[in-house]
Amino acid sequence: MSSLLNPNRPPVFCPGCSHDRSLQALDRAFQNMGLSTSEVVIVSDIGCSGLFDTFFDTHALHGLHGRALTYAAGVKLARPQLNVLVTMGDGGLGIGGAHVLAACRRNLDLTLIVLNNFNFGMTGGQFSCTTPEQASVASGFLNVLEKPMDVCTVAASAGAPFVARTSVYRKDLPELLVEAISFDGFSVVDLWGICPARYLKRNPLSPKDIEAAIGELPPFHGPVDTNERREYGSHYREKAGRKKAELNWQGTEQVFEPPVKKRRELVLLGSAGERIITAGTLLAHAAILAGMQVTQKDDYHITVMRGPSVSELIVSPAPITYTGVDRPDVIAALSQEGVNRRWDLFDQMKPSGRVILATGVEIPATSAQILEVDFKAGGIKKKERALAALSLLAATGDPITSEMLERALRETLQGKRLEEALQVFQQTGAIPIPARKP
Amino acid sequence: MGVLFIDGNQAVAMGALHAGCRFFAAYPITPASTLLAAMLETLPAAGGVVLQGEDEIASIGYCLGASMAGMKAMTATSGPGLSLYSENISFAIAGEIPVVIVDVMRQGPSTGSATRGADGDVQFMRWGSSGGLPVIVLAPTGVPDCFTLTVHAFNLAEEFRCPVFIASNKEIAMTRETLDMGPLEKPEVIDRALHNSGPFLPFQAKAGMEVPAFLPIGGPIPVRQTSSTHGPDGYITTDPSEIQAGVERLQRKIEAHVGSFSYFDLEEMDGARTLIVVYGVTARAARAAAAELLRDWQTPVSLLVLKTLWPVPEEVLRAAAEGVEQVLVVEMNLGQYVHEVRRVLGNQRVDFYGKMSGQLIAPAEIIREVKRV
Repeated sequence: MSSLLNPNRPPVFCPGCSHDRSLQALDRAFQNMGLSTSEVVIVSDIGCSGLFDTFFDTHALHGLHGRALTYAAGVKLARPQLNVLVTMGDGGLGIGGAHVLAACRRNLDLTLIVLNNFNFGMTGGQFSCTTPEQASVASGFLNVLEKPMDVCTVAASAGAPFVARTSVYRKDLPELLVEAISFDGFSVVDLWGICPARYLKRNPLSPKDIEAAIGELPPFHGPVDTNERREYGSHYREKAGRKKAELNWQGTEQVFEPPVKKRRELVLLGSAGERIITAGTLLAHAAILAGMQVTQKDDYHITVMRGPSVSELIVSPAPITYTGVDRPDVIAALSQEGVNRRWDLFDQMKPSGRVILATGVEIPATSAQILEVDFKAGGIKKKERALAALSLLAATGDPITSEMLERALRETLQGKRLEEALQVFQQTGAIPIPARKP
Repeated sequence: MGVLFIDGNQAVAMGALHAGCRFFAAYPITPASTLLAAMLETLPAAGGVVLQGEDEIASIGYCLGASMAGMKAMTATSGPGLSLYSENISFAIAGEIPVVIVDVMRQGPSTGSATRGADGDVQFMRWGSSGGLPVIVLAPTGVPDCFTLTVHAFNLAEEFRCPVFIASNKEIAMTRETLDMGPLEKPEVIDRALHNSGPFLPFQAKAGMEVPAFLPIGGPIPVRQTSSTHGPDGYITTDPSEIQAGVERLQRKIEAHVGSFSYFDLEEMDGARTLIVVYGVTARAARAAAAELLRDWQTPVSLLVLKTLWPVPEEVLRAAAEGVEQVLVVEMNLGQYVHEVRRVLGNQRVDFYGKMSGQLIAPAEIIREVKRV
């Protein structure tokens, strides 16, 4: 096969730069594999490694510093048949560390070649995450304070199933690159070389020194047995192929006449874990069965199982504009922290308004009618209070009826949970409720 | 057809599916994370890919790679994540990579209040990337808009090869409402124009055109994509005239065409002295306020609901404001888009009302501001 190097853009690395050897070895590897220009994508990072895509005549993607692996993953997932290679320096390795770790864990079939020359060549020779402590670089004494990172050990700990460390001066480099590219999974090649323009100026370093330094580190020659597993892309497609779409595009048809053809604003005030929002959605479903328009606006803290939970609903025969509730027709006051969150609502209520009040919860003065319910004495658990309140509301027939609520329940819940919910309705119906004057 | 009861994030997911989205990547963040859930429920079964990125930078990066390989791609986040998108937004602009970005705004600044709404990013979406070149921003007012504008967003991203934002808000994204599928506007789906004859230069717009024809990375013809300043051939250029021509084309290809995608609702009232200019969820309060002003106070006001925020639909603004004594801009922030309205309307009186307390602006507040005049 012929070379995949770009005939119109000959390499322009500094004289003596090891990147030139990497480039030639990579081209040799492509040739050995019999690849054509359209079968290869070079995704290059920033810095001198970012020149690689230009020197090949293949598909090329050159993006932002440290992010090459992310573009490469997007390309590979979209077109799994491609050979996607990432060229990145030790600079990109540092700034894109999170992406390197994610790529190792994910095991998508990409090849990462780290062109490791222990410094930022293009920006003036500053230290990188692989600069030795004893090196003299353009970052003053800063590199003395930080320990260089062993790319291979990190990659192997993060789950990369193919990790190799080698010198750019090794004659068998094309063969190693063929092995890395052919590997069905994520492969990392930590490729050590010399930057003559910057690093070599202050730090004597020969191919022999590099060989010796590599010899002192843990050896990595390719497959990491403990990380061997399925390649992400094919595994993904297998899992996704078995999935069924869960989104309902059909919706709910009207089956009841609305018991009340008026706009109603309802607020459920409770605590996290009391199924407040679920109750709100159930109420909405019941109203939709009668062809009503509904909005449901929820308010809760970022803490998942603690804090107030508020659901504000508007039920209306006409389209609803503003979704906030400032003057509710119905409040279910089910917990103190819920009530405290919307303390302001109660004195806004009209005399025709209704409050379903759980015994023990304090509310401010209101002109609305109060229906005090001892849920505890009635055997209703806290997490069922909201559902019980809906059942009391439905018993009034405004804005939903018991029939509508039960149908909504049967359309949303199944099995044991449905039985439990129906049981709550029965228990609630048996609670004696003394009328209380405002 | 029946009625759905869904939130804005679910409606965006449905719109994306309708538009042919096949790739979605995002990092979990309230109030955008239910969009990740909705996409995960639907896209894999439709043959698409959903990734949970290791961070927001990666999430949009995955989308850019997939888009260059020919897939329609979308990502979603909120303010803190949008901050991390910045460098890749400018890459999408420079590389002319179609991508839809959903910003479900939450009260800020910074991490702010994760479960409270705001519209604090409307200038950030426009200007939060290096180089200052234009993007497209569409702002839904509720669930039906979330569906329809998401389809438009994909179409515009394909047509103009650029990032397109959906400026959502917690109060839209996580508020459920009834959606009647029957009358719902479902725009026709547009796909990016493909290069089909002659030699291929990845950034060469044909004569009389402003957007280069696309070929995917991975097809039979090798494609070059680069974030560096490039000529039509996709190689770095240092020629000042070529550079200038390139950035001017990136600006012109979007700004010169805003007339073709200026989405808005205008409700003009006879005898109105005030025009309320509003967008997003606040448009709903403004509608309620306008109705109440007419019914209870015999005060007609006109209402302009902007659904295209960027580029600023200047013609629409000027035409709507003609002849009114006062323009009142109402926003869920401390005054951002009002600067654009003032710039466009020059000497006309433009007042502002806004807050960013995590609460909706209520109709009563807007009525108070109108009566103040």
